[in-house]
Amino acid sequence: MFGKLTIDALPFYSPIAAGGAAVTVGGALLVAVVLTYLKAWKYLWTDWLTSVDHKRIGIMYVVLALIMLLRGFVDALMMRAQQAMALNAGGYLPPEHFDQIFSSHGTIMIFFMAMPFMTGLMNVIVPLQIGTRDVAFPWLNAVSLWLSAAGAALVMVSLVIGKFSTAGWTGYPPYSGVEYNPGVGVDYWIWAILISGVGSTMSGINFIVTILKRRAPGMTLMRMTPFVWTALVASVLMAFAFPAITVACGLLALDRLAGMHFFTNAHGGNMMNYVNLFWIWGHPEVYILILPAFGIFSEVVSTFSRKRLFGYESLVYATAAIGILSFTVWLHHFFTMGSSANVNAFFGVMTMIIAVPTGVKVFNWLLTMYRGRIEFHPSMMWSIGFIVTFVIGGMTGVLLAIPPADFLMHNTTFLVAHFHNMIIPGVLFGYLAGYMYWFPKAFGFAFHRGWGLGAFWCWIIGFYLAFMPLYLLGLKGMPRRMETYNDPTWQPYLLVAASGAVVVLCGIGCMVMQLYVSIRDRAKTRDLTGDPFDGRTLEWSTSSPPPPYNFAVIPTVSDREAFLEMKEKGTAYRRPAAYEPIRVPSNTPIGVILGAFGFVLGFAMVWHIWWLVLASGLVMFAAVIVRSSNDDQEFTMSASEVKRIEDQRYRQLGSRS
Amino acid sequence: MTAGVAFFVGACDLKRAAVIDPKGPIALAERNLLFDAFCVMMLVIVPVIVLTLLFAYRYRASNTKAVYTPTWANSVRLDALTWLIPALIVMAVAVLLWRSTHRLDPYRPLESKEAPLDVQVVAQDWKWLFIYPEQGIAVVNQLAFPAGRPVSLRITSDTVMNSFYVPQLAGQIYAMAGMQTRLQMLADQPGTFVGRNSQYSGGGYSQQHFEVQAMSQADFDAWVARAKQGGAVLDATTYPALAAKSRANPITYYSTVEPRLFDSIIDKYRHSGHAHSAPVRR
Amino acid sequence: MSVAHMSEHEREEIETHEQRALGFWLYLMGDAVIFALLFATYAIMIPGTAGGPTGKQLFDLNNAALETVLLLVSSMTFGFASLQVKAGNRGAVLAWLAITFLLGTGFVFLEVREFAGMIAKGAGPDRSGFLSAFFTLVGTHGVHVTMGLIWIVVLGAQVAFKGLTMPVASRLNRLGLFWHFLDIAWIGIFSIVYLPGLL
Repeated sequence: MFGKLTIDALPFYSPIAAGGAAVTVGGALLVAVVLTYLKAWKYLWTDWLTSVDHKRIGIMYVVLALIMLLRGFVDALMMRAQQAMALNAGGYLPPEHFDQIFSSHGTIMIFFMAMPFMTGLMNVIVPLQIGTRDVAFPWLNAVSLWLSAAGAALVMVSLVIGKFSTAGWTGYPPYSGVEYNPGVGVDYWIWAILISGVGSTMSGINFIVTILKRRAPGMTLMRMTPFVWTALVASVLMAFAFPAITVACGLLALDRLAGMHFFTNAHGGNMMNYVNLFWIWGHPEVYILILPAFGIFSEVVSTFSRKRLFGYESLVYATAAIGILSFTVWLHHFFTMGSSANVNAFFGVMTMIIAVPTGVKVFNWLLTMYRGRIEFHPSMMWSIGFIVTFVIGGMTGVLLAIPPADFLMHNTTFLVAHFHNMIIPGVLFGYLAGYMYWFPKAFGFAFHRGWGLGAFWCWIIGFYLAFMPLYLLGLKGMPRRMETYNDPTWQPYLLVAASGAVVVLCGIGCMVMQLYVSIRDRAKTRDLTGDPFDGRTLEWSTSSPPPPYNFAVIPTVSDREAFLEMKEKGTAYRRPAAYEPIRVPSNTPIGVILGAFGFVLGFAMVWHIWWLVLASGLVMFAAVIVRSSNDDQEFTMSASEVKRIEDQRYRQLGSRS
Repeated sequence: MTAGVAFFVGACDLKRAAVIDPKGPIALAERNLLFDAFCVMMLVIVPVIVLTLLFAYRYRASNTKAVYTPTWANSVRLDALTWLIPALIVMAVAVLLWRSTHRLDPYRPLESKEAPLDVQVVAQDWKWLFIYPEQGIAVVNQLAFPAGRPVSLRITSDTVMNSFYVPQLAGQIYAMAGMQTRLQMLADQPGTFVGRNSQYSGGGYSQQHFEVQAMSQADFDAWVARAKQGGAVLDATTYPALAAKSRANPITYYSTVEPRLFDSIIDKYRHSGHAHSAPVRR
Repeated sequence: MSVAHMSEHEREEIETHEQRALGFWLYLMGDAVIFALLFATYAIMIPGTAGGPTGKQLFDLNNAALETVLLLVSSMTFGFASLQVKAGNRGAVLAWLAITFLLGTGFVFLEVREFAGMIAKGAGPDRSGFLSAFFTLVGTHGVHVTMGLIWIVVLGAQVAFKGLTMPVASRLNRLGLFWHFLDIAWIGIFSIVYLPGLL
């Protein structure tokens, strides 16, 4: 009846695991109680969960990302604490628990923090920047969101029922195979990734079509904002790289469920194929995450330097070049697998070449700041902190790209420091810059600057404290993922690294305070113009938050900095003679239903509850057929309704001047 | 250049860090590569960091005396430079990379007057087995050899993927079941070093380290003779007990080893005569 | 509702269907990546028979040739259905869809029979890495065909109940892309899996 699921799956085997489960369940209950107390369930359901408005979907993505950031960061704190105290001792975590933590940390940060954060920012901003009313496939967009949430929920549930994978975020077989890992942990990992991966593939397709087909009149490709360009290239990578991880995880699932031999040691299996498949996705994934962040930095640096972006064409070509090259470097993740010198050297050189367009981008941001009037908004601080820190990570990346040097540093904490040095400043700082930059646009009130600056300083100082020691430990030959060690000279470095994690914790505290203070003071800090930063691009031409249809009249574009040009020509804020009715996609519960049953399907697969697999699969299938047979997925907002909303907008504008 | 970096890190306990302080020509060459590339990269890293901070300070909004060119966004000359500078640096490093990757190919035998000492390495849960085919002995968690004589390692795994890692002498390479990888090693002087598995492999992974002993020829001969005295036999009947999971194994000697043991460990994953498609070279 | 507004609405609808067509093309290209990786995996695993049977010992070229004929003819009959959509001939569309469905079902039947025969001989997907790759590659294609059959039924019902409206015609168009795509994938399977196994 319940497959492999028994009462033993509850985490009473260790007080720490039970504590994690209690916090997870308690947190969920607390949210439910607060929602009930506020009588907010209906509002939540009709205005948010069933919404297909790209802005709301984007906000929900970012909320998911921030929650998962907290979870992933708690994992990081626990690892740093363990390593700080585990000299010649077991620390406070047994190996199998420590192993789950480093596996869930990586899985969460990449798949359920960075991916939703990026997709969320793209959702909120891309349609606004290209001057359209919605994405190409609004309900598919909702499905993508809820499948991502289903994957995240599977990872969270593994805290309470059963255990998570111990195979690291890359899940290399044969260790992740059923012979060496018969528990449910790896299955949780596989199904979380497969289910959310479907969502990511569909997001990629959705944004390619949106950007190629739905731009406002006059917005040629070379008039798109840098963020839209990077979102386009990242979407192409999403659509074509995610199939690779679907294949890798799918075949691993077949090995585990059906006794197949793709990656087993014996019976003709070939685990090296998995490693290749994984990184054929994995390297483009790095650029899926980092390119949109580059786009955000380009917008932010230009806006807060009060200057046109330097070398736009160069940036566009560099973005495209990175997109193509990202598919040609995957082998650098395993130079130590014994490939021939020619193969290693080829992939090493390709890796170097990808540094060229990246370098171009850095110079372009520098030259944008040059002779500007720089305002130190938190977003600008994240950008400056990014450039300074990121080049260090780029440098260590070039070192690791040299195969013989990689033989020394591979799998050490030097490698751990390197990729955190790319992902934290390059990806996370970028998203946080975007989050603080576009917050007033999404919600209509200011985001507190002081707490934002506090968050920046804590994060960057914490970053250096946490990861510079790891570089040095790598030089001392410390492998990654050690639960205990016997070299006393490592411990001082690990103590410094742990203190860095505590400083980052303060940064997260600042972020929480920033939200609290900003929401508390929202009445006083309303953004009446929709353009708080003297913006240059179209998203600033609408109200904050934008109306459901974004633009009452679709703008006509004649410059890269479309809105700045309108302001300079005096055509901004011009009222049309009359409003037209606007067709808006109707809300639908299908997205959240598919997400819920996707979660059930994954859970049933993990525990081998086959009747539930069948049942939830059939429900999902039926939901898709019903939805796709429905021809009327939009409703018309009448001209008078549009006029009412727009009148209010112009009253706000007037009250300000 | 290399000396400059060495001086910089020499100030602290890092000068004894495994990677900084190699004890053999291979690890030394790999480290020097690291230092050379580091110095080349500094040529671009330092100016970028300095200019970023300088621009941020100089062009701050409150400094109204600084030049302000809000629409200046194109310069063919600067555009060309932004592509050329990284391209030149990358070309320099790429040449270094191509040559060194071939020179330091871990499959390439070391040039030496002495014939290399063959050692077969088997990764197990969670320990390392070293088989000396010429000497007919085997040792768990200790790798001894004469300093100055090249050591030629053939590496496999009897469990999940491991990575054989001796930072001060040889770098690392993966150990995979049913396959064989190779690594060359040479110690300049006698000494004791640490070897590890660097690829996470399960519960006992953190304790899966071994002792690497480079010794004089005489000491090595004595070490072999001592190992021969124990009388323990490693063959098809005693091997499974050794291969079973165990943590923090003490150093153990086997005075007799079945001659084809290493090959049979590989072959048991490769049923029948069908060649595996593995690109790993023998 | 004014005439001008109607045409605006129609224009929007055409744009919507163009966007869906592009989106569907992109999906097919992503699917092609999946097949490409499964083909590569299969090629890598041909030697991984682990002492079990090889393709040469297992594959029946006659069966594969018959499958090929069924699928190619079904592609043709789907083409006829598409022509009748343009002609606005509802009955003929339904008839051609039905024939396509029968041919596709025949294909799936032959494939299932082949799989069942191999499993009965002890050459199932858990026998060796080679057979895992074979069953997964060919089976993935078979699952696609099965999905296509369900889709034919769903759209057949839509044609019957809603008629050849613009949304239904646009869906039929995408189903056509999908069905022809499966042909291409099958030709790959026939030439990479079945033919070399016998040479």
